[in-house]
Amino acid sequence: MKTRSDEILFRAGTGAFAVVIIAIVAAIGWVLYTDSADSIWKFGWQFWQTEIWDPVSGEFGARPFIWGTLYSSLLALLIAAPVALGIAIYVSELSPGWAQRPLVFVTELLAAIPSIVYGLWGIFVLVPFVRRLETGTPEWLKAVPLFSGPPLGLGMLSAALLLAIMVVPFSSSIAREVLRAVPQSQREGAYALGATRWEAIRMALFYARTGIVGAIMLGFGRALGETMAVTMVIGNTPRVSVSLFAPQYTMAAVIANEFAEAADQLHVHALVEIGLVLFAITLVVNGLSRAFIWSLGRQRAPRAAAPLPAAEAA
Amino acid sequence: MSKHWWSGVLAVAVLAGATVAAQKVQINGAGATFPAPIYTKWFAEYNKLHPDVQINYQPLGSGAGIRQITARTVFFGASDGPMTPEQMQAAPGKILHLPTVLGAVVPIYNIPGVSKELQFTGPVLADIFLGKITKWNDPAIAKVNAGVTLPSADIVVAHRSDGSGTTYIWVDYLAKVSPEWKKRVGVNTSVNWPTGVAAAKNDGVAAIVAQTPGAIGYVELIYALQTKAAYGTVQNYNGKFVKASVESVTAAAAEAAKSMPADYRVSITNAPGDGAYPISSFTWLLLYQDPKDKAQAKVMNDFVKWALTDGQKFCGDLGYAPLPKNVVDMELKTLATIKTQ
Repeated sequence: MKTRSDEILFRAGTGAFAVVIIAIVAAIGWVLYTDSADSIWKFGWQFWQTEIWDPVSGEFGARPFIWGTLYSSLLALLIAAPVALGIAIYVSELSPGWAQRPLVFVTELLAAIPSIVYGLWGIFVLVPFVRRLETGTPEWLKAVPLFSGPPLGLGMLSAALLLAIMVVPFSSSIAREVLRAVPQSQREGAYALGATRWEAIRMALFYARTGIVGAIMLGFGRALGETMAVTMVIGNTPRVSVSLFAPQYTMAAVIANEFAEAADQLHVHALVEIGLVLFAITLVVNGLSRAFIWSLGRQRAPRAAAPLPAAEAA
Repeated sequence: MSKHWWSGVLAVAVLAGATVAAQKVQINGAGATFPAPIYTKWFAEYNKLHPDVQINYQPLGSGAGIRQITARTVFFGASDGPMTPEQMQAAPGKILHLPTVLGAVVPIYNIPGVSKELQFTGPVLADIFLGKITKWNDPAIAKVNAGVTLPSADIVVAHRSDGSGTTYIWVDYLAKVSPEWKKRVGVNTSVNWPTGVAAAKNDGVAAIVAQTPGAIGYVELIYALQTKAAYGTVQNYNGKFVKASVESVTAAAAEAAKSMPADYRVSITNAPGDGAYPISSFTWLLLYQDPKDKAQAKVMNDFVKWALTDGQKFCGDLGYAPLPKNVVDMELKTLATIKTQ
């Protein structure tokens, strides 16, 4: 009887903690909503579409910030994903034993650097480097919208590169752990069938695919919310542009920059609404990546079932 | 006997505790970052004179200062721009603006091959920041800089990304000298910039200008003095080109003081006078005329009186311009109207 009541107590106790997390998310959503009410009622859906951000006349639109956040994070993801995956594969599958620990240590060290330090490095090293790159861009290439604009150094390219560097340690650490969790028997099985090293690794990658996608999405989530480092190199100009050389702006950066000095109620509410939009977009991105991972998990493993090409050759 | 001894110690301890508690006064304030260095200095110096008074100041920004004093979460606020009539109305009581010191904003630039000090007129600065003048060898710039060989380099405008009192002073000046700026952009701590790139704080803007060939930006005079950055002279209301300094900023204030309004909410950008630097401004303390806590009010009044008189001597070392004498006299009278009982 005693164990029974203990069980109930334990269940209720841990359940309460689980409820707390939901309550916190709901509370954040609620506060973001109530503190942005003025802006929500005044601009409605226009807020998502307008490109003007004018604190003087009280015109606010989030579109350049939404664009800047998604664009910079996506670019960072494109740059970081192959690098992170490469590091993870090398460390877990290919590197000699003595190199493994130092490599892991260094990647984890990168993850521990505060983002403001990345920002400083960005201003003094990365931005001048990108500026030289932009100055050296030939005229015919500058005719392409992707590379148009004056060579400022500050802008989307610097932000994306910096974000990519910041995201790599996260994604690669998790991808490495995921690869390490692939049962040794899988690899041994592949080798037994005559697979080469590369084929065995490919098999392990397929086995670990949900975890690897999860690792990359986690990096994306971090890129979406990154504030200080990005604001220091992106140029903080609220204009939608596909050009990598153009200075742009992100949602997190505008909140950090303008909140302290925003005295006008509508301005404050518009900034909080940007927070609400960022909150919503993060939720959607997380939901989508969950759905994607789930659909991957249901996929049948075609290669694992089919005989490996190498086995055929043998 | 031993019982007596104990109770005696106890009584002394309680008494001592009570007197300390009664004397120690703590006052909290928040607001502008621009005057924070001198405010911090003042609070420390005042604390030396009055060890029982502890004044805490959070430099969160002028906007935050106005919000917090309106919500009465702090005893006093501080701002680089005067409160708007709507903001005054939103406050639960009458708020007084008391100028404490003066500051200025200067144009800094980085033009390859130009080491001579440049001269700017208001309309030229406005057109550069409007994106209408885009090359350094534009005739409008060349006209006021005879003898300087200007390159045909593109101008890169750098401004603040964070809302700032510095921006307020800068655009307040641009709006006074350019009708187009006034109409298209307006005046605020953050505005919808027609052109340029942005970075946070003075050092962010200074970093862009230092790194980018052809860049122009604006920083506080104190910052330019501390970092020994080169900055240009600006043509004032009387047509003279004046370099920003503690003296030329005080000169602007002295001119403005002749017609100081009773509520001190005055902009002194583009002030008349031959020696006046045109991009100057007061910074204000915000105090309720009828504060809730009278004990704090009494101490605060004494502090402000000290800051406006003895405290002004700390200005020069920190790069602020002290208040003109007649403004101080006027403020002391205003200070006496604050209800302390």
